[in-house]
Formats: sequence, C-alpha cells, structure tokens
Amino acid sequence: MPNIHLNKKQVARIKRTAEAIASQIQDFVSLHSSVSIERAVLRLYGVDGVDKAGTPLPNRVVDVLKKNNLLKNGASRPFAKAMLASGKSARVTAGLIEKGRLPVKNGKQFSDKEILKKEKQLAGMAVKLLVESKKRKQEKIKKNALPKQPWRYLIVATGNIYEDRTQAESAVLAGGDIIAVIRSTAQSLLDYIPFGPTTEGFAGTYATQANFKIMRRALDRMSEKSGRYIRLVNYASGLCMAEIAVCAALEDLDILLNDSMYGILFRDINMKRTFIDQYFSRLICAKADIIINTGEDNYLTTSDAIDNAYTVTASQLINEATAKKAGLKNSQLGLGHAFEIDPHIENAFLYELAHAQLTRELFPSSPVKYMPPTKYKSTDIFYSHGMDTMFNLASVATGQGIHLAGILTEAIHTPLMQDRYQSMGSINYVFNTARDLGKEIQFKKGGFIEKRAKKVLLEADAFLNSIKKTGLMKAISRGKFAGIRRSINGGKGLNGVFKKGKNHSNPILDKLLKGL
Amino acid sequence: MKPHLIKPYGDTLNDGIVQLSFTLPVEYGEKAKKAAKEYAAKLNFKNINVALASKIADNFTYFVVFAEAKPVIDYSKIKTDTVKIKEMSFYEINNLIKKKLKRHIVVVGAAIGSDAHTVGIDAIMNMKGYNQDYGLERYSQIKTLNMGAQVPVKSLVDKALDIEADAILVSQAVTKRDSHIYNLRELVNYLKKKKIRKRFLVVAGGPGITNEMAVKLGCDAGFGRGTRPSQVASFLADKLIKKRGKK
Repeated sequence: MPNIHLNKKQVARIKRTAEAIASQIQDFVSLHSSVSIERAVLRLYGVDGVDKAGTPLPNRVVDVLKKNNLLKNGASRPFAKAMLASGKSARVTAGLIEKGRLPVKNGKQFSDKEILKKEKQLAGMAVKLLVESKKRKQEKIKKNALPKQPWRYLIVATGNIYEDRTQAESAVLAGGDIIAVIRSTAQSLLDYIPFGPTTEGFAGTYATQANFKIMRRALDRMSEKSGRYIRLVNYASGLCMAEIAVCAALEDLDILLNDSMYGILFRDINMKRTFIDQYFSRLICAKADIIINTGEDNYLTTSDAIDNAYTVTASQLINEATAKKAGLKNSQLGLGHAFEIDPHIENAFLYELAHAQLTRELFPSSPVKYMPPTKYKSTDIFYSHGMDTMFNLASVATGQGIHLAGILTEAIHTPLMQDRYQSMGSINYVFNTARDLGKEIQFKKGGFIEKRAKKVLLEADAFLNSIKKTGLMKAISRGKFAGIRRSINGGKGLNGVFKKGKNHSNPILDKLLKGL
Repeated sequence: MKPHLIKPYGDTLNDGIVQLSFTLPVEYGEKAKKAAKEYAAKLNFKNINVALASKIADNFTYFVVFAEAKPVIDYSKIKTDTVKIKEMSFYEINNLIKKKLKRHIVVVGAAIGSDAHTVGIDAIMNMKGYNQDYGLERYSQIKTLNMGAQVPVKSLVDKALDIEADAILVSQAVTKRDSHIYNLRELVNYLKKKKIRKRFLVVAGGPGITNEMAVKLGCDAGFGRGTRPSQVASFLADKLIKKRGKK
C-alpha cells in the first residue's frame, strides 16, 4: 500500500487527545438516560407492537411510567415488577399497562429480591439475543464469504419496501456487496419507530423492524445466489438511536449509520440527548457485531473540503474514541470521509488522494467509509459519471473499506434501477483493472500528497487540543464543525433526557459493560 | 424544411437523432430487444438502433437506443410563459439575494394547528434538505427559524414580527376533514385582523396543498408533494426582489 509516513508518536499523541475529549463526554453521558434508551430496554425485554392509535407500545409504557413518576429510576424495575404481577409475556404485560389494566405504581407488591431476579433474567435473555444475532451472521459469512474490499455499497430508496427489494436484487446482480435502505426524509426526528411493513415514504423508506426483516430475508437469498455475503445497512442516527440499534440487532443487520454529530449538525437534534443515546446504541452494536458508519462526509457539503478537511479528521478521531468506550472493535468502525473537492481546482484529485490516504493510515484496521462526490455533481449525467470514475480510482488505489457508489443522476433524483447499473459498471471496471495498483505505487517522499496529508493532520491536532480545552459541546455550539452552530440546550429531544435517579436500574447496560 | 421547423440534431441538420435509455420489466432476450424496438417505434421514432440490451435484474432489461425522431416543431410558435418559479440552483439563489436584495431573507416556518408532523417543514428548512436539494437553513443568504409542529397561529405570527421575518412558511402534512383549509384561513384572517397581511409572504406547503387552493385561501403561494427547498427559495427571492423594486 502507498504510505505517507505518518509520525507514529504524533498519531498516538493525537489519539490520546481525542480520548480525553471522549472521556469528558462520557462523564456526562454516564449520569443520564433518556426516553429512547428506556424504550430500547423494553424492546430488548420483548415489548413490541402498537396500541389502537398506532403508537408503539414501548412509547406507551414509558409514557405511563413517566406519568407515575417512575421513569427516573429506569423502566426495567417497574416493568419487571409488572411482569411478575401479570405472569404474562412482555408484550402482553405492556398491553395491559397501556390499557390501564395493570397498575405500575401500587398494585401487587414483590420483594426487591424477587424483582431483581426477574430483571436479571430479562437482561440475560436480552443480551443473549444480541449474541445470537452475531453468531447467525458469523454462520452466514462462513457459508458465503465476504467479498474483497472496497465493499461496494448501493442505496435503495423507493419508499416501498417491496419495491426496494426488487431494486436491491438488481443492485446485487450488478455487483453490490452492501445494500442500504435510505430512510424516509426526517425519520430521524420522529421520537418513535414506525411499525410494520411500509409502502409509502418521502424520498426513502421508513426504518421499521418489519421492513428490516423483509430486506434481510431477500439479501439472504441473494447471498446464496451470488456466493458472497450481502450486508444490510440502515440508519440509527436521530431520536431513536438506541431503539433502532435494538431492531437492527434483532433482524441481523450488519451496518448502522450511528453518529450523534450528524444528528446535531444536520437535523438539529439536541446534543445531550443524542450523545446519551449514541452510547447505549453503540454498546448494542458492539455486542451484536454491527459495524457503525459515521457521517463526517456531510461536513464537506456545507463547508469547504480543502479548508475544513481537518474537521473530518478530528471528528473521525473523536468518533473512534467514543466508539472504543462503547466496546466497538476496530473492525466495526466505518469512519466516514468523502471525495467532495471542487473539481475546478487544479490538482483536486491529488488533494483527494492525500485525504483518502490519511484516513486509511490513521485507521489501518477499520473498514473506513468513503463517500462519492455529491456537492459538485452536475445534471450532466455523463460528466458526473466521469467524476465517479475518478472517485472509484482513488478508492481502490488507497484501499478504502466501504465504498459508497457514486450515482450519475445524483443531482437529479434518487437512483433508478438503471442508474445503479451504470454506476456499478464504472466501479467494477475500475476495481478490476486497478485492483493491485495500491501495492505498486508509492507517493513521492516530501511530495504534494504527503505534505498535504501531514498538514491536515497537524491542523486536526491543533483543533482537537482546542476542543479538549473548551469541551466538545461548546465547540459545536460555536460552529466549529461544518460551519453550523447548535446550542447545548437547543434542538429537538432535550425533554426526553433525564438525570438518572439514585436507584436507576438498567441491567442490560450493566451486563454490556461487564464484557468490556 | 422551413428554418423555423426544427427537430433534434445529431451531426446533420434535421437528422432527428435522439439517444434514449430505459428499462423494461421483462427478462433479457431476443424478445425483450424486439419489444424495445417496437416500443421506440410507438414513441414515433424510425431507424431504431437498440445499441445495448442488458439484464439488470430478473425480469428487467436495460436498453440504450439511438433513433431518428419524426416530428418537427415550429420554433416561431414557442412561447415561454412567465413561469411562476424560476428554477435556480442553491448557488444562483444565494448570489441573486446577495446582489439584488443586498440583505438576508428571514424566514420563519412551522406546522400549525393540531398537525404534529414536521416532515414537510423539516424537508424544506433543515440543512439536509430533500431529494438532493439543500434545505433553507443551508443558504448563506437566508436566516431561518423552524418552530416545529403544533404551533398556535398567534405564536407563529408573534415570532414572525419579533424576528422581522420576510416570509412565513406553513406546513400541513396530514389533513383530516379539511383541517388544512381551516388552519390556513385562521392564519390569514389573523394577519388581516392585525393589518399585517401584506407585511409577510405567506407560503403553504404539504402533500394535499395546491397553489390554486393556497392562493384562494389568501396565501401568496402553495407548494405540493415533491417540492424541493430550492423551489421555495427561488420563489421567495424572486418575490422579495420584485417587492423591493416596487417600493
């Protein structure tokens, strides 16, 4: 592989700075919980389904607990108690609570010991579900091996899960290794997960557990047919990070977009809420062997890709550090970056190579996620196709992990079946004809690419040091990322955050932490 | 052929050459190719060359076709109606505001009444935008405030006055029993009562909204399903620049 000769000591020092920033956030996170984390616990205990009005039962139960002033110590204990009282399954118990037929406050009493025993049993089963998902995936990969990197990642986004399935089958036939079902616009802002299979969406398809199942089944068939394991992606970032991670784990998804920074900056989600949710969400991903993808690529759509390249590097390092705290392994870190430099700049491609190589070398054993050009994509589809071809070359030459397919109609519409086919034509051509290019080339020592990469790293170093001083939340509130300011107590979802009570109980969290 | 009668140009005047690509929901094979050719003939093309036919899924075949178009069009009869919205890009709109209006446009948005759905207003206003089109928040020349859902009319108008908004965007995603009509009418009447209707551009949006309906209810414009943020931004920039010109 080409090498830009990073100073190992410098890299180690920068990673320590990022770790210090992550620790500051972690101190805050550990003291808090949120409605969505409590709902995630209930889902892992087996609560599912909706009430008559279509509201998910995890939401209804959390609402009831909140009304009875029981939420501050977590949903686990009162729900375990309710299950003892009902003697029924989690789902039925939740239904009884929702209908007001099972009191959560007074009602039948049990000893602390009995309740604790029930909680332990429920948490044990919950964690077992996560481990089982991991095992099932490992079995599938034994049968149909993972393809070579860069893994070819294609999106489907029809709004109708059944139509998505048809599109996905076509994408796999063309060479896709990873299928992502784009969510309906702004689902990240819903404080609940829609229920059941869905056939209508806005520029995407709702992320529901039923939709996950439908697509995973289709991809299992495609894995058998193509002889390679086809991964399934969805999006957790938003107000339901932890809950979506649960649904994804239950349905054997392989990759989740899982990045607080994206939600804060681009969806105006409250930063406290999403940092708290992200942590629990990532603990679940770690256990169920779900790769997380992060959204640094988005920064370059609002701020300049050359001037602000260091913000991408800094964010990758922070994401790596926070992910490690949740027990994620290097092999689970799909840290993001992008090919977004203005093509009118002379030698833009050299800058791109420098940035791509920097990411590759900073995270050598992670499946880093490389995003195609979007900002400067033209409605001239043939020109755009040319841009994507250069992107494909940069990706294979620098050995990227997850390769998002650039689509020639990016500036026009969500991809048609034929757009994806054309896109894959270029990817397959470049990846095949230049497969081992990276093994053959070296970037000139002291040359443009090496110097550029080192400059970005140096800027990221200084930036991380300044964040360490002010704290990450303050840095975001001052518009240090993507040129967007978000206030610490602004944005959506803050009212779902609460300080854990003295007797807060989340035995799943405890169990997941024990393994670290 | 008279010079004002035109047709597509390949490399010779009036050769009518057109390139097409499309997919048919049939399995790849000779029959599929024949179907593509006959379909192109139905589209009124001649000398049809199916240059590429390729299987892109079970029961789907992709074609690239070159063919000669038959019809001509009288160019002298083409009239460009004054289009209500000039289709401009993100960069063009920002530039236009900077150069012509010479100040920021201030926009306040909300879903009013009992509508709890922010999907519409968020798609238009959020950074991320909708369908590959950046949201208003991302425009350097537009200052935005998204008040979210279930905002009472009075709060919305108070806020608009407070931040000296140029425009009020109202989203109505879910409309039960014509509640959108009621809500929009309530907003317009409130503004009229306060004698400040003309002070703002009032724009309604939502899957069930049409421009005709919105204007009838006293709004300045209505945008329906599939509207992109740049269309709203173009409309606002264009109207405000014209409004300024009149003063």
